[in-house]
Amino acid sequence: MKIGSPKEVFAGEARVAMTPDSALQLQKLGHECFVETGAGTVAGFADEAYTAAGVTVVADEAALFAAVDVIAKVRAPSDDEARMLTPAQTLISFFNPAGNTELLELCKEQGATVMAMEMVPRISRAQKMDALSSMANIAGYRAVIEAGNNFGRFFTGQITAAGKVPPAKVLVVGAGVAGLAAIGAATSLGAITYAFDVRPEVAEQVESMGAQFVYLDFEEAQKDGAETGGYASVSSPEFREAQLAKFREIAPDIDIVITTALIPNRDAPKLWLADMVASMKRGSVIIDLAAERGGNVEGTVPDEKVMTDNGVTIIGYTDFPSRMAAQASSLYSTNIRHLLADLTPGKDGVINHNMEDDVIRSATVTRGGEITFPPPPLKIKAIAAQKPKEKVKELTHEEKRAVEIAAFKKQTRNQVGLLVIGAVLLLGVGLVAPASFMQHFIVFVLSVFIGFQVIWNVSHSLHTPLMAVTNAISSIIILGAVMQIGSGSWIVIVLGALSVFMAGINIFGGFLVTRRMLAMFQKS
Amino acid sequence: MEFGFTTAAYVVAAVLFILALGGLSGQESAKRAVWYGIAGMALAVFATLIGPGSGLWLLSVILIAAGGIIGFFVATRVQMTEMPQLVAAMHSLVGLAAVFVGFNAHFELNHVLAMDPAARVGLHGFAELLAHKTLVEQNILRVELFLGIFIGAVTFTGSVVAYGKLAGKVNTKATKLPGGHMLNAAAAVLSVLCLIWYFNTGGFFPLFIMTLAALFVGYHLIMGIGGADMPVVVSMLNSYSGWAAAAIGFSMSNDLLIVVGALVGSSGAILSYIMCKAMNRSFVSVILGGFGGTSGPAMEVEGEQIAIDADGVAAALDEADSIIIIPGYGMAVAQAQQSVSELTKKLRAKGKNVRFAIHPVAGRLPGHMNVLLAEAKVPYDIVLEMDEINEDFPSTDVAIVIGSNDIVNPAAQEDPNSPIAGMPVLECWKAKQVIVSKRGQGTGYSGIENPLFYKENTRMFYGDAKKSLDELLTKIS
Repeated sequence: MKIGSPKEVFAGEARVAMTPDSALQLQKLGHECFVETGAGTVAGFADEAYTAAGVTVVADEAALFAAVDVIAKVRAPSDDEARMLTPAQTLISFFNPAGNTELLELCKEQGATVMAMEMVPRISRAQKMDALSSMANIAGYRAVIEAGNNFGRFFTGQITAAGKVPPAKVLVVGAGVAGLAAIGAATSLGAITYAFDVRPEVAEQVESMGAQFVYLDFEEAQKDGAETGGYASVSSPEFREAQLAKFREIAPDIDIVITTALIPNRDAPKLWLADMVASMKRGSVIIDLAAERGGNVEGTVPDEKVMTDNGVTIIGYTDFPSRMAAQASSLYSTNIRHLLADLTPGKDGVINHNMEDDVIRSATVTRGGEITFPPPPLKIKAIAAQKPKEKVKELTHEEKRAVEIAAFKKQTRNQVGLLVIGAVLLLGVGLVAPASFMQHFIVFVLSVFIGFQVIWNVSHSLHTPLMAVTNAISSIIILGAVMQIGSGSWIVIVLGALSVFMAGINIFGGFLVTRRMLAMFQKS
Repeated sequence: MEFGFTTAAYVVAAVLFILALGGLSGQESAKRAVWYGIAGMALAVFATLIGPGSGLWLLSVILIAAGGIIGFFVATRVQMTEMPQLVAAMHSLVGLAAVFVGFNAHFELNHVLAMDPAARVGLHGFAELLAHKTLVEQNILRVELFLGIFIGAVTFTGSVVAYGKLAGKVNTKATKLPGGHMLNAAAAVLSVLCLIWYFNTGGFFPLFIMTLAALFVGYHLIMGIGGADMPVVVSMLNSYSGWAAAAIGFSMSNDLLIVVGALVGSSGAILSYIMCKAMNRSFVSVILGGFGGTSGPAMEVEGEQIAIDADGVAAALDEADSIIIIPGYGMAVAQAQQSVSELTKKLRAKGKNVRFAIHPVAGRLPGHMNVLLAEAKVPYDIVLEMDEINEDFPSTDVAIVIGSNDIVNPAAQEDPNSPIAGMPVLECWKAKQVIVSKRGQGTGYSGIENPLFYKENTRMFYGDAKKSLDELLTKIS
């Protein structure tokens, strides 16, 4: 199949859906790759680099659409582009099928197969093609960079000869992929990071990224994120009130707010209200990553940077991934490449559009003149349901101490008990056995004791040499044979001789093999 | 030479043996310690040869030399992967020697008892010792040699079967004759009856019957234990060979035999205990064979096994900073330790932190993996025990599982109904990515489904471990 990527026509879009790297991988699947001239220039991929990777560079967009079977794009097609599609062609791009019914109709009329990247379901198998996540990751990172650019201070606290610098305090609202990426970037710059999410189960992830989770003092059975495919759901009015009260309380302290709260197929919830903005310090920065859907912050203007009366900067850019075009292109093209790999199961360059496959079915929005959106529910649940966690009771100091003392007492009782039993047994044996036996018996008991003490210290890695060496020394039985061999009857001599012979094998074999093994252990 | 000299030599030898075992606490001191053992053994044999009671010493020396030559060849030729078989085979020799020495003691005793008091004066050596025994002492002697023969015989057949299983000559599956443990119990009861019989008559016949019964017990006991429990079996046989020597030492009134037998016996017992603990199973349940029944339905495993090819593994390793390799019996079977070592060298040369995690029961012998890795020249300071490394998995980029299964099975922690529930395992699934090198999709020895293979961060690298690794080596620059 021939796969091609045109230059993006959307104003300001710098990403490209195919990079020289991804083209190499696509060719391994048996595909032929095409690209419109200049498609990757803004993202940092020159035409020569494509040519070097075996990609055919085509002069203009019309020629590209005419030449290929599969078109891989970043943004949804313009109407002009959509009209160029033919029934045999497949288009893969972001599409927003729910909010773009006219375009959907148009593509249906053209008869082309359209796969929308945002419709790839959130199941573990499809993570590698989840472009929403990979773009959100970039957006989260870039949000912190953008905030730093507009924030006139350090992120990290310092004590310098010229004075003390307090660390910046960053609040991330919404701990999805973008939120977590923002947390990671902010903490690694040295800021004190707080994070909030309506899904309590992400607290662990937040803490693992080095931020503090802002807990609400609110008891409500929150819906498990697993039921909604890992996304947040709408919260109750009471919960919302508690949440806003908490934000109101901490707003004056926060230097940088990054909001990423989105609920699927809805406008972004307003979480950072005008009074919170007003209570923030002069010079603070707010980045609203939900600006495209109306924004989480009151006062956000999409695609604009605005300054409020009290000197707080609110940034509502919607093109964060495109601002890091090189990185975004390489991740997005990899997502596309993985999707195509699933479409070509035979790795023979033949596309098998298997509508039985959950991932492919969900992503496909038009096919064969039909609209196939919205997709049926998944056959398997996206994420395993969270098991309710059992609370481990924290022991107080006294309780711990009591447990320790009890354990110590038990140990003492056991040890003393064993000693008493052993002593009684020994005494019992002593009552009946003759003195000559007892002499040997004492030697025996002491040896067992020494053996136990010595062997516990043997390092685990030397257990095999230990076995070999104990094997060798257990041939000490040769002494018995040597003592008997000289005394009399032929059968004793024969058996004794055999024993000496076998023990001889063992002594030499055991010691030599131990030496061989030990000589192999080398320090780096 | 005086009797006092022999005793003195025995004391020195005993001290040397204790030092030899104690020195195994560290790799460097172990290299010195083995010489203590050799010196101790040489001294003990020399002192006995020139001491009272030995005759035909020329024959003894020749036989020791002949045995020594065989031992030398075996020790220098043996492959490190064959170490479990070798150890088992050697145990069988000790066991058989113990049986023979026990028989001899019996013959000598009867021989001496048959003499009249006047003739006894001219006796020397072992026979002289016997001649001075009182009636009670004679009876105790009988019990001692009876025990020595019994343990020796169990050790002998047990070790032979263990050898067969480890060398792949006998089916490693746990098999039992109809009747199961009742047969063992019957043989044990028979032996006790023989002891009473022997006690009363002093004849050879009950001794012989008991030997046959003991040989059967050894055979049947080990036949009933499966492949993965072999570490316990081998260390248990090691222990038995020690107790046999100690029992013979009692009957010969030889303190050095008692000391060494007790040392070896307790060493084997501790090893068995450590192995059992590592599998969270009681010693008795291992000896009685097979895995215990499940207490409920096993947890259902969800997901699918995702395969990965050598390119993918190479890419994952290229990106990783910290790597932990978990070798298992599969690595020994495929003789892949050299390739593993080569991989380690290449990765370390690229500045990556490569370490090995060894589960106490990995392989078929305690410490088996350590020896194999040492043979392949993997430095021992990057080879770590389970307890040392288990906490490091969450901060590890890639964990590579090579030919191990049950020791990395998360079911042990997650599924209370699993047959291996509660067994300590290497928590490799906590690493960011896990690569499992495995021959096919089947379950391991224990037949327990391993949820690790179905985890999101697990990739299956199918194929013979050595071939896969060799292919991987070509992809890593």
